[in-house]
Amino acid sequence: MRTARRDGLAVGLATAAYGISFGALSVASGLDLWQTAFLSLVMFTGGSQFALVGVIGAGGVAAGGSAIAAAALLGVRNVVYGMRMRPVVGEHGLAHRIAAAWVTIDESTAVALAQSTERAARVGFWVTGIAIFVGWNLTTLAGALIGDALGDTRAYGLDAAAAAAFLGLLWPRLTKLQAGATAVMAAVVATIATPVLAPGLPVLVAAIVAVAVGWFDLFRRREGA
Amino acid sequence: MTAWHVILLASAATLALKLAGHLVPAGFLQRERPARIADLLTVALLAALIAVQTLGAGQALVVDARVPAVIVAAALYAVRTPFIVVVAVAALVAAGIRFVA
Repeated sequence: MRTARRDGLAVGLATAAYGISFGALSVASGLDLWQTAFLSLVMFTGGSQFALVGVIGAGGVAAGGSAIAAAALLGVRNVVYGMRMRPVVGEHGLAHRIAAAWVTIDESTAVALAQSTERAARVGFWVTGIAIFVGWNLTTLAGALIGDALGDTRAYGLDAAAAAAFLGLLWPRLTKLQAGATAVMAAVVATIATPVLAPGLPVLVAAIVAVAVGWFDLFRRREGA
Repeated sequence: MTAWHVILLASAATLALKLAGHLVPAGFLQRERPARIADLLTVALLAALIAVQTLGAGQALVVDARVPAVIVAAALYAVRTPFIVVVAVAALVAAGIRFVA
């Protein structure tokens, strides 16, 4: 139980640090302070937030449709997390369920799944979720204020920081050959599509790679070979 | 569409997905193939975003200070450098190259 609480707070602190980069990148992409804060409060799922401001930063509001689709597609994994967390949080009222769904993200699910007892899993889930929610929103504000004060953010390399941030979100997922092959092919497809398609669309076209690889289970190294 | 429309629609979509997982009885996405596709979607989208963010400039492909910055970032992640440090160093590398060039 104590481990679950400590894990949750540690992960919460580490994750909250990302909020600074999100806030700064969001205002660099052209969103204002309120819009940036709203995303962290309501959307509250880092990958989708970074994707939304990434697509808007590259294509402007004209690429809004692609930005929404990219954010939603990156949020699909939260459906899987919700199904896994439902028995962990237990059967309660609607408000309780909505709150649980709200804080269902990579980190809260990961800490919950790492615990050995059911009670510790529940404590880990809530402590991580709430710690990140509070920290993420505070650091988003700080990052947005810093980004606002910087002015032209390209001179400070914030566009490169955005790519580095996405790489940081991707890196822990590249443990298997299948994920690595998917990543490389998706990057190639998006690059080739960039001069041909409207801004935002190359990212969505690359999603087809995931569907094809996942459907046919390609590039799976046989276990125990 | 204004920026607020984009933000509200995207937020509604992502929240609905989170709620769906908690409200819909377990089944579909726990099956092997849909779960695998959901995981790979995340990987493919992040990789595509890295490519566009590193090489894209509107509809053009440009090799500039972002490329060395991302290579440095990859090297730092490979030796388990914390996220926030890597992001800051990547920004510094790109800013430094632009300052000198």
